[in-house]
Amino acid sequence: MQIYLPIAEISLDTLLLLGLGGLIGFLSGLFGVGGGFLMTPALIFIGVPPPVAVGTEANQIVASSVSGVLAHWRRGNVDFKMGGVLLLGGLVGSSFGVWLFLVLRSVGQIDLVIKLSYVTFLGVIGALMFVESLRAIRRRRTAGSGRGKLHKHTWVHGLPFKMRFRRSKLYISALLPLGVGFLVGILAAVMGVGGGFIMVPAMIYLLGMPTSVVVGTSLFQIIFVTANVTFLQAYANQTVDVVLALLLLTGAVVGAQLGAKASVLLRGEQLRILLAILVLAVCAKLAYDLTVTPDDIYVLGFSK
Amino acid sequence: MRRPDRHGKAIALGVGALAVLGLAVAGPLRAAPLVADLSKHLVAITTGFAGTDVLLFGAVDGPGDVVVIIWGPPEQVVMHRKSRIAGIWINTAQMTFERVPSFYSVASSRSLDEIASEHVLSRLEMGVERLNLPLPHAKASPNIARNWRDALIRNKQRLGHYAREVGQVIFLGENLFRALVEFPANVPTGTYQIEVYLLRDGRVISAQTTPLIVGKIGLEAEVYDFAHNYAAVYGLIAILVALVAGWLAHVAFRRH
Repeated sequence: MQIYLPIAEISLDTLLLLGLGGLIGFLSGLFGVGGGFLMTPALIFIGVPPPVAVGTEANQIVASSVSGVLAHWRRGNVDFKMGGVLLLGGLVGSSFGVWLFLVLRSVGQIDLVIKLSYVTFLGVIGALMFVESLRAIRRRRTAGSGRGKLHKHTWVHGLPFKMRFRRSKLYISALLPLGVGFLVGILAAVMGVGGGFIMVPAMIYLLGMPTSVVVGTSLFQIIFVTANVTFLQAYANQTVDVVLALLLLTGAVVGAQLGAKASVLLRGEQLRILLAILVLAVCAKLAYDLTVTPDDIYVLGFSK
Repeated sequence: MRRPDRHGKAIALGVGALAVLGLAVAGPLRAAPLVADLSKHLVAITTGFAGTDVLLFGAVDGPGDVVVIIWGPPEQVVMHRKSRIAGIWINTAQMTFERVPSFYSVASSRSLDEIASEHVLSRLEMGVERLNLPLPHAKASPNIARNWRDALIRNKQRLGHYAREVGQVIFLGENLFRALVEFPANVPTGTYQIEVYLLRDGRVISAQTTPLIVGKIGLEAEVYDFAHNYAAVYGLIAILVALVAGWLAHVAFRRH
């Protein structure tokens, strides 16, 4: 059945949208990722205008992060202090990002910037994950490596404004989480992602947080940052389609449950290598679309 | 050229409405050379909207040719031209058309160039290639302006907003005619003008303009209007909906 989406201003098949939500929900449950970085390109592939895909996906991530964070909170896996500092950076970053979005849209470059950001980040993250999980599989084969230091001391630990984060067992400069939050906030606004796929590695490798609190804390931050993006995108650009978000969400909730069950059947490294391949495939498709000679070099732009 | 008709139902509808119309117009002036109306004056875009047809029907007082032009509400259109930079196609040039019909289609009883001279056709903008789409003069040499114009038409045709072919006005006997006007699912909204011309020997004998409203109706319209008129409240509601949905999902999860 076709449904007319009021903000995207196109008719799409209801089952297609529910199915897409379900499929990406399944993948996010399977791999333990937010799925925004898969959903936004998928929406663009099926014909949703990129700005609407970005604004709507931010709205959907609010919902999926809420259901995720509640589960982690019950297990005590949220560092609220760290989350708060990340959030402060995130709010500033995402507000800046929405403004950037508005400017880029008015000069006709927003579609390009969205796609280029995806190609860059998906390419880098996919490649890193691929190499990392290959190495992990090899390490498992060569068996028992000794326990290393908790973390190495680098220039990062010389920065001022140090703060103690008890839950994460860290004493580091507040500038670090602020900066990470700021960058991820920009990405959330421009790319329509939660930013977990950037923030989680940054929290582990850059901040040195224990893995147990990383996911809960990042979800906590993502709720507020994507809520901020949703509000500002709706306010400044009118690109949030609630009807579309609800359809995707319904599918995603069911999909995520099935995905989480399926994830028990696969080992961590295998999962990560599959995810890496998926991420690289999406990246390759987007990159190909940017470089292939278009049917018509003249295109209609955004007009108000 | 008159063609036998295939859609009995449409005729019945047309003729029925015509009879009513006839009663209304009969009386003092027997000879309005051209009378036309639409099967509906409102195209409602609702949840299941996937495009629609509107029947235009009418009568003429004698032999002649009928041309129907559907004009969508004028809009501003921004266009970009891409060029390849470092292997990637990037928008590098931009052109703004201030007033462009958002929708355009033509139907005629014979092929347009048999009906009237090129002069008459271009004056009345009959046929998509004769559309008058003014560019800011300072911005483009005639050659380049032509490229932008053709590109605009091409893009609008690809969207389905400009018809690729001239539709048919079908005569039923000497005096009655009808034409089916098709609107795609992505039809622009606003007030349309339907122009109907009666031509004889290449000259316009009579013309009539009828409005047609294309609008979002029901929930779609309300969501759209709300999102634009109360953008801040809409944003807050969107967040609230997401929070509730997320919480519900969590509750459902816990049960399992």
